[in-house]
Amino acid sequence: MRLSLRLFAGLAGLAALAVATSASAASISGAGATFPFPVYSKWASAYKGATGNSVNYQSIGSGGGIKQIQSKTVSFGATDMPLPLVDLNRDGLLQFPTVIGGDVPIVNLRGIAPGQLVLDGPTLANIFLGKITNWSDPAIKKLNPTLALPNQALITVHRSDGSGTTFIFVNYLSKVSKEWADKVGFATAVEWPNGIGAKGNEGVAGNVTQTNGSIGYVEYAFVTQNKLNYAKMVNKEGKVVSPNAASFAAAAAGANWDGANGFGTLLTDQPGANAWPIAGATFILVHKQPSNPAATKEALKFFQWAYQNGDPAAASLDYVPFPAEVKQKFMVSWNQVQGWNGGK
Amino acid sequence: MVDAALSPHATLALNSARLRRALRADQIFQRLTFCCALLVLVIFAGIIWALVDGALPAIRAFGFAFLWTEVWNPVTERFGGLAPIAGTLITSFLAMLVAIPVGIGIAIFLTEICPRPLRRPIGIAIELLAGIPSIIYGIWGLFVLAPMLQQSVMPPVIDAFAGIPVLSSLFAGPPYGIGIFTAALILSIMTIPFISAITRDVFETVPPVLKEAAYGLGATTWEVLWNVVLPYTRGGVVGGIMLALGRALGETMAVTFVIGNAHRISASLFAPGTTISAAIANEFTEAIGELYLPALVELGLVLFFVTFCVLALAQYMLYRLEQRAGGRS
Repeated sequence: MRLSLRLFAGLAGLAALAVATSASAASISGAGATFPFPVYSKWASAYKGATGNSVNYQSIGSGGGIKQIQSKTVSFGATDMPLPLVDLNRDGLLQFPTVIGGDVPIVNLRGIAPGQLVLDGPTLANIFLGKITNWSDPAIKKLNPTLALPNQALITVHRSDGSGTTFIFVNYLSKVSKEWADKVGFATAVEWPNGIGAKGNEGVAGNVTQTNGSIGYVEYAFVTQNKLNYAKMVNKEGKVVSPNAASFAAAAAGANWDGANGFGTLLTDQPGANAWPIAGATFILVHKQPSNPAATKEALKFFQWAYQNGDPAAASLDYVPFPAEVKQKFMVSWNQVQGWNGGK
Repeated sequence: MVDAALSPHATLALNSARLRRALRADQIFQRLTFCCALLVLVIFAGIIWALVDGALPAIRAFGFAFLWTEVWNPVTERFGGLAPIAGTLITSFLAMLVAIPVGIGIAIFLTEICPRPLRRPIGIAIELLAGIPSIIYGIWGLFVLAPMLQQSVMPPVIDAFAGIPVLSSLFAGPPYGIGIFTAALILSIMTIPFISAITRDVFETVPPVLKEAAYGLGATTWEVLWNVVLPYTRGGVVGGIMLALGRALGETMAVTFVIGNAHRISASLFAPGTTISAAIANEFTEAIGELYLPALVELGLVLFFVTFCVLALAQYMLYRLEQRAGGRS
């Protein structure tokens, strides 16, 4: 028994040593949202080529990312759902966005080509509330007078796992439908009034492509890369817009980035003639008083590099980068982080 | 003869040294195996402790009402486990409803009726089916079975039962293709190999002389099965069914793919629902908030308890079978 204890202590010591060495090698560790994982990993491999520093990002989900940064097991956390200022201050966290994304409704309807169907916010809310149950409903017909809509049962598909995608989507529905806001509300997961749940963007896309007469929502990048049958939306100014890089950038253009709210600005239902209504940013969390300032500094250096050099990589993956002057504001906010000193 | 040349004292010393060494080795081996056995108990207790500890906030907040409340609202942080608990029990029960007769039927065919050359290939095919990973069943269920059900099976069934009081609500639309019914169907396909493989093995323990005696008295195949084979193997068959039920209760991936993951209880079998393991698998990674995660852990505790009861029952049945086989041979 004593022998095994000693053995265990030895092993634990070895493990601690391994952790200590990896930390002193200043490799950057992060965890969180799955949505920006493709762009973070692309940035990471380019960053390793440019500087030799490696970034280890684990896409365990926004909830996991928040927990990991709170317990200080990673240098940075990533979340699709911005934390409110109260939470940021309580945990001593700094929050800043990296790229813009958003949700696009996808449908499976015989005889309807991608981009033909037009929906508006209240109609979308009523569909997901279960008040519109048939594709031939007058509300949908009114928005699509030229389309031959079939008399077919409407099946909604939503995310069964908690996700930033859901957060953006239901946040939009809460803004455009009072009934949705009262009955359901918004969070990364909600109590869905009807429909079927599927795990991940690929699960929702799979179920929608399988099920005739269904409607769901997925990340914008997922729509373009898989050529899904998307619907156009009527935005806040009553204009019909398509989901593309320009309309996502337009949604971010009018937003307020003064940092008073911890940059937790939600980009849903934004003004602007060309603004896509269901847009949102994805966020990074770091500690302002990190227990390991060197590691946090390395993490911020990575994002500084990404802001300066990462736009083409992001665009190639269908993420929308922020304008340069907005990114400058984000980098200025890093001065609140102990040991950053403008990256010097 | 060398030993005889040594003094008796020297021989004794040599033997006792050898004996002591052997004894020590034996003791170490005994302790080692004891530690291995102890480890299982420690892990078992650790899991229970971790589950109870993790679920404590939810247990405090919702009490026993958790077991019969249907609400599952992450926004207001009000959770009740009725929908997943009911979904787990209903899908497993329906799966057994299909899998037990079919599985036992396969075993009967293989042991009593099947021509000898066909026995091995069919037997091996069934064992292979039991080894297919559940995710394969899930993918097949979503991409092959669900569209087929949605387009060709569910609409006519819904139409056919439209006017009939109970059946119309039991098979109500819209045809999602996935839901409780589809999940139960997949589960039954997954558990049939378990039941038939075990049942076949216990059927083969029936002494041929008993069956031959029954046939000699003029009994039909059916009578031999019903009056000789089944009574003789009852314990083993029930044990096999319990193992299959244990698998059905805990099955995660295949069910998650085809059940629809909706925290609702519907009268219709075609409506989407959820099970305990599917809910945990879906929501665990992103469960943020004070009570969300504890509520999921509490669901896990409930599942642990249910599965534990089922497996304990199965162990008991198998134990009885062994006793009986020992007594008769």
